[in-house]
This record gives sequence, structure tokens and C-alpha cells, in this order.
Amino acid sequence: MTFIGKSASELADLIAKGDASSQEVTKEFFDRAEALNHKTFSYLHLNRHTAMAAAKLADDERAAGKSASALHGVPIAVKDVLTTTDAPTTSGSKILEGWMPQYDATVVRKLREARLPILGKTNMDEFAMGSSTEYSAYGPSKNPWDLERIPGGSGGGSSSAIAGHLAPLAIGSDTGGSIRFPAAVTGSVGAKPTYGAVSRYGAIALASSLDQIGPVTNTVLDAALLQDVIAGHDPHDSTSLPESLGSMADAVRKADFKGLKVGIVKQLSKDGFQEGVKELFEDTVAKLVAQGVEVVEVDCPSFEYAVAAYYLILPAEASSNLAKFDSVRFGLRVMPEGNPTIERVMAATREAGFGPEVKRRIILGTYALSSGYYDAYYGSAQKVRTLIQQDLAKAFSQVDVLITPTAPTTAFKIGEKVNDPLAMYLNDIATIPANLAGIPGISVPNGLAKEDGLPSGVQVLAPAKQDAQMYRVGALIEQLYVAEWGAPLIAKAPNLEVL
Amino acid sequence: MSEITPDLVRHLASLARILVTDEEVETLAGELSVIVDSVAKVNEAVSGDVVATSHPIPMANVFREDVIIPSLTQEQALSAAPDAFDGRFKVNAILDED
Repeated sequence: MTFIGKSASELADLIAKGDASSQEVTKEFFDRAEALNHKTFSYLHLNRHTAMAAAKLADDERAAGKSASALHGVPIAVKDVLTTTDAPTTSGSKILEGWMPQYDATVVRKLREARLPILGKTNMDEFAMGSSTEYSAYGPSKNPWDLERIPGGSGGGSSSAIAGHLAPLAIGSDTGGSIRFPAAVTGSVGAKPTYGAVSRYGAIALASSLDQIGPVTNTVLDAALLQDVIAGHDPHDSTSLPESLGSMADAVRKADFKGLKVGIVKQLSKDGFQEGVKELFEDTVAKLVAQGVEVVEVDCPSFEYAVAAYYLILPAEASSNLAKFDSVRFGLRVMPEGNPTIERVMAATREAGFGPEVKRRIILGTYALSSGYYDAYYGSAQKVRTLIQQDLAKAFSQVDVLITPTAPTTAFKIGEKVNDPLAMYLNDIATIPANLAGIPGISVPNGLAKEDGLPSGVQVLAPAKQDAQMYRVGALIEQLYVAEWGAPLIAKAPNLEVL
Repeated sequence: MSEITPDLVRHLASLARILVTDEEVETLAGELSVIVDSVAKVNEAVSGDVVATSHPIPMANVFREDVIIPSLTQEQALSAAPDAFDGRFKVNAILDED
């Protein structure tokens, strides 16, 4: 029996019934990851010893009749943005090369306690700044559908690991689309929970008011099961929601079309989308209508300013957050010649340790926060954030969820946009509003675009704290497509072993 | 066109403690001008009576009990330091000698 290609929920059932051991499953995925990582470069770090030790612990407990979670024994890949005490943590940056943290991120602790063996740490754009992984200091990850193309970013290591079956589950982080965009362009599922639903403790911060950790998976049920494992209040994160949002897996299992009202955002359904992506989105809408779902158009005029506001708020917050990389407490230190002051040591270290996109955003953020410019840039961007929340409140008074295409295009070629920062920023045009407003969003595969045969995704957005509603509709859309295809889209991905 | 001059880039980089090269300054000035022109459109959208949002989910006064909980030991805290001496982080002088 092979475990490759099975969903995490199927693997969890096999392990729970005793038809497979966590060690067998973990070993098969680990062997595959080790053998194929040179093709996709999904992982920055793999550790067989720690993965197998965790799998053995899961099996021993299982033998004693204990089950720690609904995903007990299923192995997982973790984005390198989360601290781990037993593996180096770099956030895709040279400034943190070889850093061994002294504490686990809360999400990592929860994975360990739920007995999910960690296979390794996945590649990402440096400090999660990017949408292609081309800004990783360690080189780009590749899309398993076409190795010359990007797997999305910043979480392209996690998305390529899922699409290439180098892991059955993965963790991502999403500041402006870093879970959802990679999921869309690799034919996988990715969900950004409501801001605060999952603890950010131990996540290397990019923009603290936007960052959220979430699942990257093969199916909507897998994502829901994983969110149930990692969510919950954490006293270590003061922005963590005090209340539980309920079981997402239940929302998936009980999903029905009854009374469902769906909105299409006028501003995110027309211009700027690849023809094939638009066609697939229209097909999703037609499928919902055929089920008796009421679909209406909603107007969110402030969405037009979302990308602009985001690229002021994010650099402003990032320039403050990344001040901690100062050559003093951890990470790189570069010593200029002579007897330099600490300030010169810092400047030389940050020059050598940060890549071009990180420097660009830190300097942009420094500008946006400068006295004399603060009101015009950062201040106005924060007001746009209010307007977007107001647009969404109005939209959600008419409908249960909104749907949009997740990404404006399918996966582009490596190198195509890397020298055009502004073009790169527009990849997240449909995903950014959710981060600005703190609402949950999930990307579900909705087919292969006619021009290039590459995957596309549909995004479901729900009101804040209504993650269950988002999972419900995500599961319904997935059902309609699986009924048509006979299997999830990911089953159509080329065989990585012969690519 | 916004005024992101090479001199302004140098000034911002020094505030951000990044020692940029002359070549980087030229490139950044060009790139940042384009980006700033594009993001400046936020000003079209807002008027004075809109309140600013800094945090997406309203929360106020997040307190915990004032009790001591375990934290990193001094040894752990110093374990990743590029240089340490006598239980402290060791750094170069803050001021120039002259």
C-alpha cells in the first residue's frame, strides 16, 4: 500500500484503525521528500531522526489506546517562518542562517502535542516578502505542475510540498495572500483563518496587524482538521481571540446548500484577470447557481485602494519588526574593518544579511513613517482599511460569503516578474482585502486554465470569526468539482518522479 | 512623479541602519519612485472624517494576572548571540573614539 496521494483525513483514519502506522506513513513521505526535494526545493531543512522519533511516539501512544487529535500520526511540513527548537529557523533569510531558536512557536507546540510528526521546514520568500519564493535567500521553489514556474509565495515551499506530495499536510502564513495565492497556483487548498484565530507566538513577524498562520492541504476537510488542531486562545499572543470559533471539521461534514447566499465582488471579477482564470470563475458561479444558490453582485469600491494601502501598512510594520535583526542578540554579525561603532556593525550586517526586496520594503516603510509623510501615507492607508471594512460589512449584510478568483493569473515563469516589484505586488490583488479587514479566506481549486493547462483557484471570504461558514462553502465548491472530476484536482498533477 | 532622490534613499537607509552601496541607491531611487507614485493613490480615497484602523479585530485592554512565569535562562538567551561576555551581549563601542 502506498500512502502518497491520500488525503490527510484518509491517512488519519488508516492510522486510527491500526491499518497503518505513523512510522510507515512518515517514512514514505520522508523518503519521497528526500528523493524529490532537488526538483521542487520545497524544503530548506529535513530531519529524518526527529520526524521518525515523533512518529514512533505517535505509534506508542496509539498502541496504548491514546489519540491526541483527529490527525494523530499524520506527518506535516512547517513553513520556516515558525520557530522550532530542533531545527534551524531562517525565515528564508541569510541574516538568520543556522539560527536554532530556544523556544517552539505555539503552533509548533500544538502540532507536537497533537502528535503530527514534523518532516521539515519549508522554503519561503525572505521574511515572507514576495509571491513567488524567488526572494528566498536560498533560491526559488518550483511548481510541481511545471518546474519552470513559480509555486506562488511567500509559502511556495509548503504549496509545492503539498502539490508534489512531499507532505500530506503543511503550515503556511498569510500576510497578504501567502497561503492562498500559492494554493491557487499549485491546485492545493489554503486557508487564512480570522486574524487572531491562530496564535502568532513564535511566528517571525512580517506585519503584525496582518499576519495569520493557517493550513495548506490537499482537501478542504484536511484544512479544517488542521485548523482545529492549531487554533485557540494563547496567552503568549495578546491579539489571540479569547473565544473558540468551533469545529471547522464539523462545518465541512455538515455542509449543505440550504439558504446559501453568495456575493461576487464587482471590483474583483472583471479587469486584470487572465481569460482562462475568469472563465473558470464563471464556471464556479454557474455550478453554484445550478444548485439553487442565490448569487448577487456586491459593490466594494474601496477594494480599488487595497493594494496601495497594503504596500504602505506592510512596509511600515515590517520596518519596525525587522529592526530586531541588529547583530546583537542573534543571527548574523558582519564586522567592517578597523574599529567600527556598533551602528556601523549593524548597518554592515543588515546590508549583507538582507536581500533586495527586504531592503526595498524596509526603506519604503521608513519613508511612510517619516515625519511629514506619516499622515499622507501611513495615516491614509489606515483609513482605507476602515473603508474596506465598511464595504465588507455592507456586503455581508446581503450575503453569507463572497467569492472571487484567488489569483489574477496561473503560475508565471520563474524570472518573469522578479525585476518588476509593482507587477509582483499585483498578484495579491484579490487576497489582500481579507488581511486588511482581518476576515477569513480560503482558496479551493476550480480547474485548469484553457491557455496553459495550469491550476486556478476560487477564493471564499466570510465575515470575521465565521471561519465555519468559509469552510462550509469551500467544501461545497470542492464537492461540485470532485463530482465532475472523480478526484481532487491535485490528482491530475504530473508525476514528479519523471519530470 | 514623487521625489525619491538618491540623497533621500541614502538618508532613509541610514535611518534604517542599512549600509547601501551607490549602485543600490540608484536602483532603489528609481524603484521606490514608481512604488510611491502608485501607493499615493490612498489619498484619493479618504477624507478627514474617516477613522483610522490599526488593528483588524477590535480588542482593548488585554491583561493577564501579574504572576511570574518561566522564561529563557540567561544562558539560553545568550546562546545565539554573535558575541557574549560575562553573561551579557558583547558589542562594539557606541561612540567613535574621536
